Order: sequence, then structure tokens, then C-alpha cells
Amino acid sequence: MPDVTSVVLVGVGGQGTILVTSILSAGLVAAGFDVKTSEIHGLSQRGGAVNTQVRFGRKVHSPIVGNGGADFLVAFEVVEALRGLAFLKPTGRLIVNDLEIAPAPVLIGRIKYPKGVIRLLSSKVDTTVVRAHDIAAGLGNPRVMNLVILGALVEAINLGNIAWDNIIAGTVKKDFVDINIAAFKAGRRELAHCHQAA
Amino acid sequence: MIRLMSGNEAVALGAVEAGLSYASGYPGTPSTEILEHLAEFQDQVIAEWAPNEKVALECAIGASIAGARALAAMKMVGVNVAADPLFSAAYSGVNGGLVLVSADDPGLHSSQNEQDNRFYAPFAKVPMLEPSDSQEAKDMVKAAFVISETYDAPVLLRMTTRVCHSKSLVATGEREKAARRPYVKNVAKYDLVPGNARPLRANLELKMKRLADFSEKTEFNRLEWNGPGIGVIASGMGYQHAREVFGERASYLKLGFTHPLPVRLIRDFAACVETLYAVEELEPYLENQIRQLGIACIGKEKIPPMYELNPSILSKALLGKSAPTIECDTSAAPPRPPVLCAGCPHRGFFVELGKIARRQKTMIAGDIGCYALGLAPPLEAQELLICMGAAPSVGHGAQRVFDKFEEGTRVVATFGDSTFFHTGIASLLNLIYNNSNVIVCILDNRTTAMTGQQEHPGTGVTLQGGPAKEVDIEAVVRGLGIDHVREVNPMDLRDVRKALKWAFGLSGPSVIITKWPCVLKVLRGSEKTRYAHEYRTVTVRDDQCNGCRTCLKIGCPAISFDAVRERASIDQATCVGCEVCSQVCGSDAIVNGEPAYA
Repeated sequence: MPDVTSVVLVGVGGQGTILVTSILSAGLVAAGFDVKTSEIHGLSQRGGAVNTQVRFGRKVHSPIVGNGGADFLVAFEVVEALRGLAFLKPTGRLIVNDLEIAPAPVLIGRIKYPKGVIRLLSSKVDTTVVRAHDIAAGLGNPRVMNLVILGALVEAINLGNIAWDNIIAGTVKKDFVDINIAAFKAGRRELAHCHQAA
Repeated sequence: MIRLMSGNEAVALGAVEAGLSYASGYPGTPSTEILEHLAEFQDQVIAEWAPNEKVALECAIGASIAGARALAAMKMVGVNVAADPLFSAAYSGVNGGLVLVSADDPGLHSSQNEQDNRFYAPFAKVPMLEPSDSQEAKDMVKAAFVISETYDAPVLLRMTTRVCHSKSLVATGEREKAARRPYVKNVAKYDLVPGNARPLRANLELKMKRLADFSEKTEFNRLEWNGPGIGVIASGMGYQHAREVFGERASYLKLGFTHPLPVRLIRDFAACVETLYAVEELEPYLENQIRQLGIACIGKEKIPPMYELNPSILSKALLGKSAPTIECDTSAAPPRPPVLCAGCPHRGFFVELGKIARRQKTMIAGDIGCYALGLAPPLEAQELLICMGAAPSVGHGAQRVFDKFEEGTRVVATFGDSTFFHTGIASLLNLIYNNSNVIVCILDNRTTAMTGQQEHPGTGVTLQGGPAKEVDIEAVVRGLGIDHVREVNPMDLRDVRKALKWAFGLSGPSVIITKWPCVLKVLRGSEKTRYAHEYRTVTVRDDQCNGCRTCLKIGCPAISFDAVRERASIDQATCVGCEVCSQVCGSDAIVNGEPAYA
């Protein structure tokens, strides 16, 4: 692992990237890493494109990376993966949720949602598609999609030996602990399964 | 204890540990969470939302004069509003330590401009600290109170978005006993009539000289020596990015106390290195002063003077080296601008206003808040936005010119409830006094929504969630002398349409108050009955929908068009049941489905 690992999470305002950032960073702190995270609040949260970053290692200086700086790009939505691709190192890894959310200009019919994005991304970089929305819906609550994605990410970075269940239980609302842990575990299994398939 | 926390939380915690007694602010990204975190310490700290930043700083000045440690927090454009008391407080000095937190927004993530508030420090003649992570934010705010009391000066703590909203590890400490100094009447110090201000002016120069000496020895201005090849003078986030780019290959003069600058330290450092860089975000604040010392350095000739920096941008600018990226045409990604939420009460109002604006000559002046999103297609019901509280006054100036030079153009000024209390009341007063006929629309969604649901004088709730007098906007408007006032429910399009028609038919000033809570607001107490509504999601009846796309023109994120079936479609997970779309549908094709939520 490099001195500092950089993760960029991209998605749509309201998809729960900030909760994922909180849980991931809490786990990394518990594991003894120096950690810095960065979020953007305010205007862009109203259904706009959002990105949050998590950097960890022995000593972290800047809380953000620019183009070509991320080891992992985690996309909660398909075209956001494309928009965020410039962050990723050519040797980095993309984890993409296979969910498409039409932005306003598409909804009103001014432009079309592009086709074949995942195929394009897969041809350019090491790409893992996670069916987070389907898995979360299968568990009974599509909103825990973000924890499925977190599970996949934790498996991809190889951070399985952190006490994630405790961290999740300490972060999410009491009534939702079980389903969030179930979603997290399903995400880890999904990625392990992808590894085997590859 | 070591904990991961944002710069904003660290400022709050540091101030509490320093024995803070009083804090005030007005919400504004990226500063808002400072006051919200201070509210968690209500047994120790009086923390309040003020109607605007000027009021907030004035309150903090009063608390300081009365002998307590006091703080005011705001976003950078708020400091413009508060500049008047800031410049005076530099003259009067303090009794209890006084800190002004300015949260700047490089990159304009959530702001109308990108001003670099470091220049306020030399302009107002106040000392300044610039943290570059959360631990420094906490350490510096604690030190700021001591500096303030030692040098009898308000201290500017200048943060940026990436310091405010990044999280990093912080060691928490113990709270000092809230030290209150006794208040002693001192007219010559606190009463700034010219006769008193003149000697205080001379005293201010002496203070700055003493602070210049302090700047040379404070631990916040520190040397990191790695050899003479490359030297970097940097502050704030610029330092962190420079560390990423140069690592141990450069030596650093890391400046945390940046007004007045440590001239001797800078000269000595520059003399010891072969190539000198000044690395800072936004304006050449450090660089200009370094050059004034006759020292050559590389700065804004290479580093962009605008927008946020990051390690990649800095590396490319200074080393000509870009990190390799993935070759891929990403232009196919459609833009994803922020939109009004599904169920937003502003939508219905903008739908009707937009219709009028397309039919007759209008100018729609907007303001700062979620309703600024009314400018985007398909609503397109806003055409200018200058600053907070400005819609009625900018609108008035424009209306005057339209009335003088042409016939018939009417100005509609739209702004919000929190904005009304901020500076909008004075703008409205001007309309009355100068006999205007601007149509003013106050979009009262019962909260400060954009910054994340903060209370204000109209909500009847304090920062801590306690009870407060609920100021009635309509009563204030009538009290100012406006006779033509109507309150409407913006979710009822017929009601909105009638009110707009009524206002366009009047020759004097009129006010329409659209009143319905933000869809994200958690209703409390009597609001639950005042705004009781059974929200039931709506669906499209395929047999009724004729594919006319009228419902798409309200810009709701829940509605899309199925091109294959040529029918509108409503996403049931996104729809909250506001029923604005069913009111615009001419075919009665949008009907209620199941109850969404109560």
C-alpha cells in the first residue's frame, strides 16, 4: 500500500456519500491511521453532483487530491463515475453502482442520458460494478444502498480486519443498525464474488 | 482524547476550551456549523443566531466590552456586512478577548463571489490567524483570545471551505474557567466620537508595531528546514498542498499568524534558500508583501490567482508536471445542476411567476437562498442576483429607470424569510419611502433552508431549539406602511395566480407572502397543525396522459418522460405528494396514489 491512500466518492446530493465518509473515516481512525476527509456543503446538495474525499496513511497533509490523484474512485451513480474519472490514477480502481439517476436537463428532455457508460469505463480502467441498488432493495430498504457500496469499498481496499459492525452501530440511528450492517456485509460479499468471477 | 472533527467543530471546541462566554453569527456556507456546535455547550456558552452579520459582530463587541470572551462567525461576504463595526472595534480594542471568524469560499462552491478576506486584516488593522487543519483551528482560536486581550485588538481567524469542512484529527483538552474581566467605564476607549477616535487611531499604529514583534516569535510562524534548494512560504490550505507537492525536498516557512507578517523571519528564510515560492490560495496576499521587502519570489505568475488549489494544480503550475490521468472523453456526462427538491414550496410560485414573465414585460430580481434555483430551466423565473437582501432595492432602482424611460415593464423582487430579516426590511422600507411600485414576493418557507435548516426571528425557535418570540412577517410589512399585502399558499397555484394578477394591477408597492414550510423541515409544535396536509404521492394515468410534457415544465426531479411510451412518469420514491404537477396537467392525468408521509 502507498504511504497515503486516496479515495474519492462521487454521487448525487442525497445519496448518502457523507454517511459513508463518516463510517469509513471512523474505522480508519480506529485502525490507527492519520485521516483527512473533505466534504462540500450548501448549494450543491440540492440534487446536484457531489464529491467527498477520504485520505489515510502514516501522515496526510492535503485533505484533497486533484486530477490523477485517487487510488479509488467510488461512484454512487453511473454518469458521476464518468464525470469523476479524471480524479483516478490510471493504475487506480473504479467501483461503480449500476444505478442511473437522470439529471434535470435529461428529465425535461433537453439532453439524453448517455448509453454504454459502464462499458466505456470498463475499457479504460479496472472497474467493478456493484448492484448496490438491487441488493439494498432486496434487503427491504433501497436507502441502505450506500452501505452496500461501503462494504464493497472496504473489501477492495482490503480493510476487512477493522471492527466495522461496531463502527456502523455507533454511527447510524439505532433502529437502522441491523439493516445497515446487513447491507455492508452484502456489499463485501458482492465484491468478493466479483473477485472470484475475475 | 484524539477525535476526527471538522475545522468548524474545532473552532467551536477551541473557543469553549478557551472559556468563551458569548457567540453570535448568521448562517452562511461554509461557516454555519461553528454556531451549531457552540449551541451544544449551552450550559457554558451563550450562543445566538443574529438576523445578520453586522448585528452578530456588534453583539460580540458588546459582550467583549462587558468583559467576556466573545466570538462572531460568518461567511466571507458576511464580513462585508459586518465591516462597519469591525473597523471601529479595531480602534476601541477589547475588554474580554474578541474573535471574528471569516469563512472564505475559494472555488465559489456556495457563494456569489470569491473574495479573499485576508485583506481585511491590514485594511481594518487587526491581527490575523490562518489555520490549515482542524488541530490548528482549535489551537489558533484559543491563542486568538489571548492575543486579543494582550494586544487589545479583535482577532480575525480566517478559514476557508477546505479548512471548515475537512475533518482531521484533533486532541481535545479541558475548558479553562470562563474568565470575565470586570467592566470599567472608559469613555475615551469605547466611545468613538472623533475626539476619542483620533488618539485611538495613533494607538492603533502602536498596537500593530507590537503585534509585528509578536509575529516574529509566535509558534504559529514556524520553520521546517530540509535544506537550501527550494524554499516555500505558505499559509492555510496552500501549505498543505505544497507539502504534498514538494514533500521533504523543500524547506518551509509555514505562516499561521499572517497579519502583521514576520518580516525578519521572511528575510532570513529567503536569504537561506536558492528558489523561493509563495504558495497561497486566491490573491497574492503574502507574495505582494514579500515583494515589497525587495525579495524575489515565484507566486501568482505561475499559481492560479482564482479558484481552489489542489496538489495536482500546484504540481502542474510549479513543476510543470501533471499526474497521469485516464485518457477518456468524459464530455458525454450530462451536467447535473442543483434543483429545487421534490415538494419544494417555491416551485408552485415560480411556475406561475414564470408564466407571467413569458407573457408580459417583467424583470425578476432574485436573492440569496434556495429560491435562487428559480433561475434554472425550465422555471427560468429569475434574472439577477446581487447579494443578500438586495432583491427589493436592486429591483427598485431598476423600476425607477423603467418608469422614466419606457412604459410598462414591472419589476418583481423575490426573496426569502431569513433574507427578509437579514437586510431585506431596510430595502422594503426604501420602497415605501420612495413610492415604488415593485412587486415584492417574500418566499417564507419557515427556515433558513439552503444552509441546512437554521432558525431565524420568524420561526419562533432559538439556535438551541428553545422558544422565542415568532416575528410575524406580515405584521412587520404592514407596520412599515405597505397597505397591499397578501398571504398565499404557494402549493395552491390558483391562489398564487390570483395574487400575482392582483399585484400587477396595482400602481403602488405590494407584497405577496408565500407561506409553506420547506419540505425538508421537521415541523414542531403548532406548525404541525398550521401546516397540516395529507401528502399522497401522485401517479400518471396512462389512459389520460396525452404526452404534452406540460408537467415537465415545473422542473420536478420526480417527473421524467418515457420516450418509448410517450407518457410522463413519476418516480414514487422521489415524489412527496405536493400535487403541483397535477394542477398544471390539462388532461387530469396525474392522480393521487398512496399516502406518502404525514
